[in-house]
Amino acid sequence: MARTHSLPITRRRLLAGTLASSALLGTSAVPLSIARAATGRRKFVFVIQRGAADGLAIVQPHGDRNLRDLRGALVDDDALRLDGFFALHPALAGTAGLFHSGEARAWHAVATNYRERSHFEAQNVLETGGERAYAVNTGWLGRMMPLLPEGTGAMAVSATAPMALRGSVPVATYTPNRLPDPNEDLLARLAIMYAEDAQLGPMWDEAMRTRMVTGGLGNTAAGGGADLGQLAATLLAGEGGADVLMIETGGWDTHRAQQRALAGQLSAMDSLLVALRQGLGAAWADTLVLVATEFGRTAAINGTMGTDHGTASAALLLGGSLPAGEMVESDWPGLSRNQLYDGRDLRPTGDLLSMATRAFAAHFGLERDRALAALSAGQ
Amino acid sequence: MTAPIRIATDRFGLGAIPGETLPGDLRGWLTSQLRQFDPAPAALGSRTARMAELARILPTRVANNRLKREGNQAEQDAALASNRELGEDIRRAHAEAVLARLRVATASATPFAERLVHFWSNHFSVSMQKVLVGSFVADFEFSAVRPHVMGNFRDLLRSAVLHPAMLQYLDQNISIGPSSPLAGRYRRLQGLNENLGREVLELHTLGAGGGYSQADVTELALALTGWTVAGLGGGGIAREIDWAPGEAGFLPAAHEPGRRTVLGRNYAEDGQQQAVAILRDLALHPSTARHIATKLARHFIADDPPAAAIERLQRAYQDSGGDLPSVYAALIDEPEVWRAQRTKIRNPWDWMVATNRAVGVERSARLAELSPGLLQQMGQSVWRVDSPAGWGDTAQDWAGSGALLTRVEIASLVARRVGNVADAAALAREVLGDALHSTTSDAIDSVTEQPLRLALLFASPEFQRR
Repeated sequence: MARTHSLPITRRRLLAGTLASSALLGTSAVPLSIARAATGRRKFVFVIQRGAADGLAIVQPHGDRNLRDLRGALVDDDALRLDGFFALHPALAGTAGLFHSGEARAWHAVATNYRERSHFEAQNVLETGGERAYAVNTGWLGRMMPLLPEGTGAMAVSATAPMALRGSVPVATYTPNRLPDPNEDLLARLAIMYAEDAQLGPMWDEAMRTRMVTGGLGNTAAGGGADLGQLAATLLAGEGGADVLMIETGGWDTHRAQQRALAGQLSAMDSLLVALRQGLGAAWADTLVLVATEFGRTAAINGTMGTDHGTASAALLLGGSLPAGEMVESDWPGLSRNQLYDGRDLRPTGDLLSMATRAFAAHFGLERDRALAALSAGQ
Repeated sequence: MTAPIRIATDRFGLGAIPGETLPGDLRGWLTSQLRQFDPAPAALGSRTARMAELARILPTRVANNRLKREGNQAEQDAALASNRELGEDIRRAHAEAVLARLRVATASATPFAERLVHFWSNHFSVSMQKVLVGSFVADFEFSAVRPHVMGNFRDLLRSAVLHPAMLQYLDQNISIGPSSPLAGRYRRLQGLNENLGREVLELHTLGAGGGYSQADVTELALALTGWTVAGLGGGGIAREIDWAPGEAGFLPAAHEPGRRTVLGRNYAEDGQQQAVAILRDLALHPSTARHIATKLARHFIADDPPAAAIERLQRAYQDSGGDLPSVYAALIDEPEVWRAQRTKIRNPWDWMVATNRAVGVERSARLAELSPGLLQQMGQSVWRVDSPAGWGDTAQDWAGSGALLTRVEIASLVARRVGNVADAAALAREVLGDALHSTTSDAIDSVTEQPLRLALLFASPEFQRR
């Protein structure tokens, strides 16, 4: 299957009342005056939502007259208005503030080139950027790493390297826990023991390097979204901090009783994003965050007040120096029956991975074609 | 103490027990375990007791949930308090079951058979992350998996898919046919949910790329409607059921009437037998044979198993019509298993069990109680996997810089907890045999403090692999 090389995103829908009133910002507790001129190293954070996050609930197309027919009970009347057509899920109050200050935007109706409905295959395609599942054994971010300046490091808040980061550059991983610190003597002797092991040796070196960065954290366990956001900010900061960081979130598979589950998930995501921004301080201006999922969910509500596996979804892009653009970028495909993909899913009109790659390239000042070539090197 | 012994004890089995003498005929030893396997050791308790516990918990929970919605403030508070207590009971039952599983694995004289139980339990993953009732997940492994591990895959499949834990975990308990009598009666909240139908095809039988379509998923989901769990149906379903709370069963009024077509084959309307007939055919499908052969080869041989080994296991499966002991026999005869040298990184469960076995059954009593919490720290809490696909089975799933440091921290903690075992250097020779590298024995010899010596053994590259 040929990759749909992404067209420039144009928006067909009319923009009615594009500028939201500033009263909508009242919910945000985020200070909105961070200098945009920080000069540190550029940082990129990929937050993956495993389990197929429902883009139609996260960025709700209230302007589409078919929305309520398809999923009446899942439409939030108190969703946070963005631009007259789209509104954010009410649990995303902090993120809504970032939209209005130009530090966040959504890509809607986007998908990878994967068109089936298996979580596992879809996550593999999202992470490898391969033409099909399990075709490539490196990640798309892993393949970007060699394009960045020497010494640029990748890290994941995870026990092992997630697929998206795997490539020729070693990946450090970090999982906070409550365990007591081991004896330094043990660590020193293990270094000798592992040095001869081709698999464990490099991992041990990474573990010791990460330990230096996180030394000040103590052994605190990550709790809710805010702790994770704070931890991520620490991992990105300072000398030896990560330049490319991946955070995994799960629990997005909402087959039943979606409303309550999603509100909790999104509230945690909102806290994560707000805490990350606050924790980064001035470095936020040099940071780009992508939040994306493997595929969306059915446009219609299913028989158990949830949604099943769908196709296109929404992704979020956040950062202190996003180039100017619309709050929601989308070539909106529409939600009438004959506009749905397979008669059931939001139809993809944007290619998520090539959009992400372009944003990544622009952020790091890479030549776009080189980055796109690295993306498709997997195929 | 040669390599084949380590393959028999570590790769097929669960790790060496000090002082254990293996028969010279290793293949014969492994084969005999298939016959000697005890599907219901006393330590795991009885199904009747587990179900009685559920029968106690479920109605109270259902009543509490109604009070939480409809009661006055005092009733709501009481319902919340009662649910909290039940939650504690559930957690306690779960913790006891995990400990029982660990003790059986630690002391087992048929470790190959026990490894197969763990393998199949993971193949058909259910998780307490979602399942409301903790003892469901233990009952799933003890009552639905163990009795069929030495039987035909067809029976294992049926038993696992239709167990209440699976029906609940993948939302089957609330899925009802859109044209069923029940759908007419309770219009608002009830309808089809295709979660179980999809995962049966993708995970339990044919495997990804096994040749099924979205239409097959929907058809199987429709055929499965009616299979539900008493006391967990919610809404209208609960009121229609007269069998014991917690038990799975078939509610004809929820079943979608009509013929179904799955993978081009037609199935007449046959009530509860319709889904059973589809499952039976899926069990015999060549894609299922391939899928299972690949997973077994990956588990026992290498992360990237040799194609020839997969083919031989697949043939054994197909030639025997899914008879699992025939497939295990092919695995024992598989030259690649005996060739590969400690290529598999032990997952946290394997590592924890091997550690318990290494310190000896008696001494492990102090360690066992600690083990469930440590497994959680290592990211493999028993029966709490976060995906119906189960735990990953390759080094990439378990080896990373963060995971390695955590394992070292735990090795250090375990060694302190176990205290002064017999000399660690001698123990290393005993449990690792020929696999013990001089770098490791030198490191152990270079320190005097006993817990530190033991930590070096448990953290050594050799001990982390099987």
